[in-house]
Amino acid sequence: MKMKFTALVAAAMMAAAPAMADLVVPSLSYRTGPYAPGGIPYADGFQDYFTLLNERDGGIGGEKVVVPECETAYNTEKGVECYEATKGQGALVYNPLSTGITYQLIPKVTADGIALYTPGYGRTSASNGKVFSNVFNYPANYWTAASVAIKYLLDENGGDLKGKKIALVYHNSAYGKEPIRTLEELAKKHGFELSLLPVDHPGQEQKSQWLQIRREKPDNVIMYGWGVMNAVAIQEAVNIKYPMDQFIGIWWSGAEHDVLPAGDGANGYKALTMHGTGMDYPVYADLKKYVADAGKGAGAGDQVGTVLYSRGMYAAMVIAEALRTAQGIAGTSAINAQQALAGFENLEITEARMAELGLPDFGQAFKSTCEDHGGPGMARLQQWDAAAKKWNLITGWIEPDMDVIKPLIMEDSEAFAKENNITARCN
Amino acid sequence: MFYREAGDFKTTYSEDSQTFPIKFDRIRYYAVLAVAFGVIPFFINDYWANAVFVPFLIYSIAAIGLNILVGYCGQVSLGTGGFMAVGAYAVYKLMTAFPEVSILIHVLLAGGITALVGVLFGLPSLRIKGFYLAVATLAAQFFLVWLFNKVPWFYNYSASGQISAPERDILGIIITGPNTTASAKYLFCAVILLALAWLARNLTRGAVGRKWMAIRDMDIAAEIIGVNPLAAKLSAFAISSFFIGVAGALFFAVYLGAAEVGESFGIQKSFLILFMVIIGGLGSIFGSLAGAAFLVLLPVFLKNVLVGMLGWPTDLAAHIELMIIGGLIITFLIAEPHGIAQLWRLAKEKLRLWPFPH
Repeated sequence: MKMKFTALVAAAMMAAAPAMADLVVPSLSYRTGPYAPGGIPYADGFQDYFTLLNERDGGIGGEKVVVPECETAYNTEKGVECYEATKGQGALVYNPLSTGITYQLIPKVTADGIALYTPGYGRTSASNGKVFSNVFNYPANYWTAASVAIKYLLDENGGDLKGKKIALVYHNSAYGKEPIRTLEELAKKHGFELSLLPVDHPGQEQKSQWLQIRREKPDNVIMYGWGVMNAVAIQEAVNIKYPMDQFIGIWWSGAEHDVLPAGDGANGYKALTMHGTGMDYPVYADLKKYVADAGKGAGAGDQVGTVLYSRGMYAAMVIAEALRTAQGIAGTSAINAQQALAGFENLEITEARMAELGLPDFGQAFKSTCEDHGGPGMARLQQWDAAAKKWNLITGWIEPDMDVIKPLIMEDSEAFAKENNITARCN
Repeated sequence: MFYREAGDFKTTYSEDSQTFPIKFDRIRYYAVLAVAFGVIPFFINDYWANAVFVPFLIYSIAAIGLNILVGYCGQVSLGTGGFMAVGAYAVYKLMTAFPEVSILIHVLLAGGITALVGVLFGLPSLRIKGFYLAVATLAAQFFLVWLFNKVPWFYNYSASGQISAPERDILGIIITGPNTTASAKYLFCAVILLALAWLARNLTRGAVGRKWMAIRDMDIAAEIIGVNPLAAKLSAFAISSFFIGVAGALFFAVYLGAAEVGESFGIQKSFLILFMVIIGGLGSIFGSLAGAAFLVLLPVFLKNVLVGMLGWPTDLAAHIELMIIGGLIITFLIAEPHGIAQLWRLAKEKLRLWPFPH
């Protein structure tokens, strides 16, 4: 049995190993479990964009991109297994779409010299490049999201939130807890009252939290949810007749499948976003021609154009651009993980470049430096139109309050540096 | 032909009462040890260590711990995940508070702290048993997870409530943190498993284990023949929790490197380890190892076959994998309700008579 197992796994690893010259970008996805509704469209968008590059341009700089997929089910143990299984294939960057797995991979990728790209999730203080050499979370993160939400509410309320009550409904995990400290600081600064309502994994049971909201009647509810938790929360909010336009979700709580189950009741629900949504971008013509119509689409192909599909595509686009930058710096197209890292550190995404890629006004322009791996952290708000079943953008790009966030990032990353004996880089 | 006593003469009492009285069995045991310590460390790579061996060794320790409580002493527990969390958070606090102390001492201390907590939550076992005790330990599970989520002191006030293991060593060899070599990780866990399994085996063969088993088989009868139920039950809880605490400490510090209490030590973990004990065989050290191997290695093996070799889509493979494992568990338990350990025992009996069964 033991021998057979050894032989089979050895064979499996050999079979899975691609030709060495390709650019390997593993996709640690989850298409099963309670978080699959979010994991599937993201993984599809991620795969499809690289398929498009391979089919249309022959890869990046002439090198084909290989995207081995590994199922994590949003579980940290499986995440470790997936990381170890794929890193031997010459992986250049990881994008696990899980804050728990990100925390685990941060020390591992740093030791192995591989980049970790966590757009809009992961460890926020990793935006301090002086401490976190291998982790990149531009263009925005959990703390900037919290700040943008509060800024939006400031605008709504004529610049004054004094005496207002704001409730945070959050997934009781590393992910959901991230914004608490930022919101507490902001509460001090703007004088609003913050109440915290944790929801335990997986989030199907929220009656008591919403009962409390019904009793306390907060002026606004901010939600950091994921997976089935989102749809349940929105349904509960509808049940207690909480005004939807005072309910703001982070970008992980603002996809179609979160609001659709609540039907018309969800009309007016707001969510942050860090990229555009919908099919009105030129890139979709190419995606249809080279990927969908060629029968090369990932998954069932029914997710194209949804919010999380767009986000998966956005992450793939940034990674592709970083690898292209790395090829330029290294002067060769067959880059290794170390050279890819330089690409992430020197990446610049401009409006013009996004338009060239068929994604005009899709995301914000940003530039990475040695010190700053976090980007400007801007976000927009979108609102759900239940009749048209469509997200509409309702604001322009809102800048976060960096005066509050910067010291928090410094504090948290320095604590990490001290715990792990890391000396600051970029001096 | 195999496993025969014939010609294996014992001339002293100590020879007669050794752990493996049959010579063939003894040789097999030393052969396994020789492979585990003399061969594997030289060939192990990161994938084999992190995906196969280290989780297997750690889950084995936890399964042996739970087996002491459930299999030997008859006290049902659903609090294993919570006790592992105690071990993990204890080792984290110790590692960050006393960075200069060897990690081995921290791991053992974490086990000791878990033993204390285990005794505390074992107190109800003096009044209640069976399903009622299961519910009381279930309460321990939920309480401990809630506690580690709620009190920021346990995770050193980090923003996200995650704990991350810093780099620590034993005599200059790095054991935790990302720079650990595969063989160091493997050997550290293997040595601890060997020591604890040896301890468990000898405890269960001696007076302590016999008292546990007397309590398990009939507590009133045990009390009448002079077994103190207080001492027996609480010692079972203490020693079982020590094992589980050590497993939790290793699980966080050596294997995962970062953990979050709800996700890593939730109720699923309690059930997973209980399943290992039941599938492996109640009241058997070998059964604990076999159960851990079954539930840790099989999913990895199936994933590699279905995705790596057959090239199936990952979601389909993940679903089929659950079905295959569920089906196998049911088949196994119907074929042999006493678990893999009993199958192994029967196989030994058959081998003993082979090739002339009549």
